[in-house]
Amino acid sequence: METLKVLIVDDEAGIRTGIHRVLQNYTVSFPFYEDDFDFEIIDAETGEEAISIIDNDKVDIILLDNKLPGIEGIEVLEYINRMKTDVAVMMITSHASIELAVKATNNGAYNFIPKPFSAQDIKSAIESITKHLFLKRMTQRMKAEAKQVRFKFLSVLSHELKSPINAVEGYLRIMKDKQAGDDIGAYEKMIDRSLTRLDAMRGLIMDMLDFTKIESGTKSRSLVDLDIVEIARLSVDSIYPVAIQKNIKIISDFPENLITKADTGEIEIIFNNLLSNAVKYNKENGTVTFTIHCEKESLFFEVEDTGIGMNEEECSMLFNEFTRIKTDKTKNISGSGLGLSIMKRVIDLNKGKVTVGSKPDAGSRFTVELPL
Amino acid sequence: MDKEKRTILIADDDPDYLDQLKFHVENFGFRSITADSQEECERVMMSEKPDLAIFDLMMNNDDSGFILSYKMKKLYPDVPIMIVTAASSVAGINFESENETERSWIKADKYLAKGIRPDQLHREINKLLKI
Repeated sequence: METLKVLIVDDEAGIRTGIHRVLQNYTVSFPFYEDDFDFEIIDAETGEEAISIIDNDKVDIILLDNKLPGIEGIEVLEYINRMKTDVAVMMITSHASIELAVKATNNGAYNFIPKPFSAQDIKSAIESITKHLFLKRMTQRMKAEAKQVRFKFLSVLSHELKSPINAVEGYLRIMKDKQAGDDIGAYEKMIDRSLTRLDAMRGLIMDMLDFTKIESGTKSRSLVDLDIVEIARLSVDSIYPVAIQKNIKIISDFPENLITKADTGEIEIIFNNLLSNAVKYNKENGTVTFTIHCEKESLFFEVEDTGIGMNEEECSMLFNEFTRIKTDKTKNISGSGLGLSIMKRVIDLNKGKVTVGSKPDAGSRFTVELPL
Repeated sequence: MDKEKRTILIADDDPDYLDQLKFHVENFGFRSITADSQEECERVMMSEKPDLAIFDLMMNNDDSGFILSYKMKKLYPDVPIMIVTAASSVAGINFESENETERSWIKADKYLAKGIRPDQLHREINKLLKI
């Protein structure tokens, strides 16, 4: 339950108690939001009193009479507007003139209820104002979050791109000034490390390009009839050289062939990410089991490894950009931190879903389901 | 005090940058101890008090360098600290620990951008060690 604070500003005690009675057990619920709203009510007899309440307390909704003993309702409204207070105001008035209505609307009043009003009038007015307030706040929050995500993305990206440049530059400077003397072995190691870093940087840039293409919606897709199994076999072949270095066995369990409409590049992204992770995060002499099968209206790809696994917290962060699980076990494994978030987006494009089950030190299993 | 006896603690999660800093620091004639993560660094500083510390800013956490500086100053208030980072104004992060208010919460004595030249680094280390 979420509680909204309602301030009633009216000099007639009868109106205030009337509204109290109507709203004290009233709740508003929306089919699109799980929480219900109820209302806490505060009173003010004059505009001056209302302003002091607004200044000292967080109020969500104000029911504001225009004709008040001291300053008028419209002046309270002007004050709220000037102070940029985040509150929704509804004017209650018996002498509604077009001038007042225009002035009130210009100052951000949300609605008018004419006096006299029924309990139902108040309820529907409150319902509509609650919805307005909720949607407004939701939009603000979403905008702020989107900004935050973009900022975070840029800041991490610049860090990830600068690190390899700094590393390679550092090695080149050492070599240029021959700071390691005539230890040729030391220079060779620096060259190898530089090449490795450049390679990883190229990987990051390629991933970035894929990512931005998908993100901006400019990725071109060509959905044609393809044999998924053929693509799977090619992906297994391309990861094979990496797998034998750690003596990892890849077991494929595919049907003879499986023709469906899809984009070759997208299917490759899914397979390559699943397989390369299953190999990268596996242990020496481990196993990768790659299964493809059809069930009812869906296509399932399953890749299971016998690797280092993850705990629940790590699993939950897996598909975010640039989250690489950093532990002692993963620190020597290189990656851009974008692979799985790209894969997730590709799966979304295909209206599919991906689930992951994992146990630390035992292994992980990724299941991708695509509708046929 | 003799240079040989000064120990510099270096923490960086980039293995290459860590190696290079170690290489330079030892070339300057200091002894070095290294840590490749925030946790490792916390362990190391508990067991040995260095004469100076050089921390990378972004490691396991975006502000690992600050966290380490804070913990270090609590343990050994007299050990000077340098923070080196690849983060920059492009990412909206830009601080110089030169003025008093910033120094009070950053806790580092010097802030340096990565890619600094070895001779500059040497000069900064000597300054902090008052050599």
